[in-house]
Amino acid sequence: MSRRRERAVLALLLAPVTLYLGVFFLVPLATIVVFSFLTPGLYGGVEWSFYHWNYGRIFGWADGITEVFEPVYLRILGRSLGFAALTVAICLVLCYPVAFWVSRLPERWRALFLFLVTLPFFSSLIVRLYAWLLILRPSGLLGEGLMALGLRSTPLELLYTPVAVVLGMVYVMIPFMFLPLFAAIDTLDRAQVEAALDLGATRTQAFLKVVLPQTLPGIAGGAVIVFIPSVGNFIVPDILGGARGLMVGNLVEQQFLAARNWPFGSALSVIIMTVVLTVLLVFVARLRARGA
Amino acid sequence: MTAQVRGLRQDGAAGMAALLEIRGARRSFATPEGGRVTALDGVDLDVGANEFVTLLGPSGCGKTTLLRAISGFEALDAGTIRLDGQDVAPLPPFRRPVNTVFQSYALFGHMSVARNVGFALEVRGVPRAERDRAVAEALEKVGLAGFGARRPAQLSGGQRQRVALARALIARPRLLLLDEPLSALDRGLRQQMQIELKTLQHGLGIAFVFVTHDQEEALTMSDRIVVMRAGRVEQTGTPREIYRRPRTRFVAEFVGETNLFETVVERIEGSQARLRTPEGLAFTAPARGLAPGARATLVLRPADFSLGAAGAGIAGRVERAVYLGQDLHLLVRPEAGGPAIRVTVRDGAAAPEPGAKVSLVHDADAAHLLEEAE
Ligand SMILES: Nc1ncnc2c1ncn2[C@@H]1O[C@H](COP(=O)(O)OP(=O)(O)OP(=O)(O)O)[C@@H](O)[C@H]1O
Ligand SMILES: [Mg+2]
Repeated sequence: MSRRRERAVLALLLAPVTLYLGVFFLVPLATIVVFSFLTPGLYGGVEWSFYHWNYGRIFGWADGITEVFEPVYLRILGRSLGFAALTVAICLVLCYPVAFWVSRLPERWRALFLFLVTLPFFSSLIVRLYAWLLILRPSGLLGEGLMALGLRSTPLELLYTPVAVVLGMVYVMIPFMFLPLFAAIDTLDRAQVEAALDLGATRTQAFLKVVLPQTLPGIAGGAVIVFIPSVGNFIVPDILGGARGLMVGNLVEQQFLAARNWPFGSALSVIIMTVVLTVLLVFVARLRARGA
Repeated sequence: MTAQVRGLRQDGAAGMAALLEIRGARRSFATPEGGRVTALDGVDLDVGANEFVTLLGPSGCGKTTLLRAISGFEALDAGTIRLDGQDVAPLPPFRRPVNTVFQSYALFGHMSVARNVGFALEVRGVPRAERDRAVAEALEKVGLAGFGARRPAQLSGGQRQRVALARALIARPRLLLLDEPLSALDRGLRQQMQIELKTLQHGLGIAFVFVTHDQEEALTMSDRIVVMRAGRVEQTGTPREIYRRPRTRFVAEFVGETNLFETVVERIEGSQARLRTPEGLAFTAPARGLAPGARATLVLRPADFSLGAAGAGIAGRVERAVYLGQDLHLLVRPEAGGPAIRVTVRDGAAAPEPGAKVSLVHDADAAHLLEEAE
């Protein structure tokens, strides 16, 4: 096949996805960016005039008349990043050893386990989170259970706390961490681990110098896939979080649905995207530097 | 305590202190089908301090399992492995003064060649400068000076093999285990590496246990060959002993090309025995305690035959002639019947063509009888 022909075929194959992403991804993205600089309409919608107070409200250059600076937004953004990072860390610590264990199971059990990991996808997230509600509330399974065992004398105050939010997010995100980790660990060259031990590395050294670097792509993949939706997550804090567990995703949701302030909601979204993108770029650049 | 002391004294009395002593090594595995497969079935092996020992045997006979037991990746069900007289069973792999060149090389893909080679020093906490010096020296020794910055993926198969070798040797092990290290190389490179490995081993003064299922490789490189079969040691000996005096049919057939004849002793004449096959072919071999009427399996290598004058020896017809440079390989069908005989002769003007009638005579001194009569 000639070079030119190859290129034509490639273009043809890529056309549908390019078109799809262009229309359904880039256009909404651009809309949000544009909206974030427009004036909120009185009863929702937008007025087509430039308005920078959306950002002023968040970052502190509000004049106090048209808009008021509210530091709570930055605080909630910071909290969301913290929750997301914590979710990534907990998922990683939980999944890494399990992925190792599963990769050593006989074929049949492996398949079963991988199926179990994806099982939650078969039912609605909302329903599953309400199940958590039943477990976590003071009169729920966990609280009653602990009291029955005599481990606690007062009801457990877990629901509507940051702990409940992180617990819920870890629960939701575990499959997304597990699968890329498993893929990396499963393809790990066992012979290289043995070579390290053979050359005198202790188990810890072999792990740090051979296993970890080789599974880094899986760790990075899992971390990214868990981090991004965690930062913007609003369903988990909505159901389990209460006021102290509020995340930036809830703010966006409120602005678009309850307050009907689309430009402000857009500004919040743009900030989330920028922050997440920056974090990712720094993360990837660091990984690259370490890998080289 | 006393038992231990006595044990030590016994080892000392045995003299000849072998570097590696394996006694009665057994290991079996559970198969997924629910059965058990015996990989090692009572293996004894001694390796001297500067000896090149080759484990030779067909696929699945337990060679890799034996190496893994020595390096510590496989525990034995029964039996002992001693290094310098010390039982290594309680030692994890990283505490054994043994290094391995793996069949797949198992180079660390995410590290440079230099860091691969220096790994054993790195994990021992050798200072950077000293390490760099040792790595440069090791790379030089295997002919890879200047390749340190590359990744293993950027090397050819032969170069990777050298990196694996340099990496395994840098910590100066007493014993180096090599699991078919040359099998991935092409013929020319393999022969070159065979010589280099042998020279290196001799110069370093360490012991090599080398695994192969290539009998030619085993013959050219080894001080001693251990022929394995189904988890057992079939025969141990120098390459010459293994080739010239195989103990069993298996060894005779596995090592080198061979002709085997089932014979009966007709009579003994002095130090020589006259033998005859059921088809009536007559042979002469060293008598070595045989009595008339005994059954014996005779081994004659292709080069033990030569073409004789018409009427002498075994009359036959050339079925196939394969020209191999200096040598000519002939397949000769005896007129009396029976399996075809492989013969190697020097190529020359008188070389027979396929279909030609020849008569074969053999070197009676080279004729060898198997111990087991089958
Ligand atoms: N971990 C294991 N589980 C089950 N069976 C095993 C295991 N390791 C080895 N075996 C079996 O033990 C026997 C010996 O295997 P081993 O790898 O030692 O053979 P080998 O002589 O090295 O063969 P090759 O020349 O093909 O490398 C084989 O039958 C193999 O199937
Ligand atoms: Mg093997």
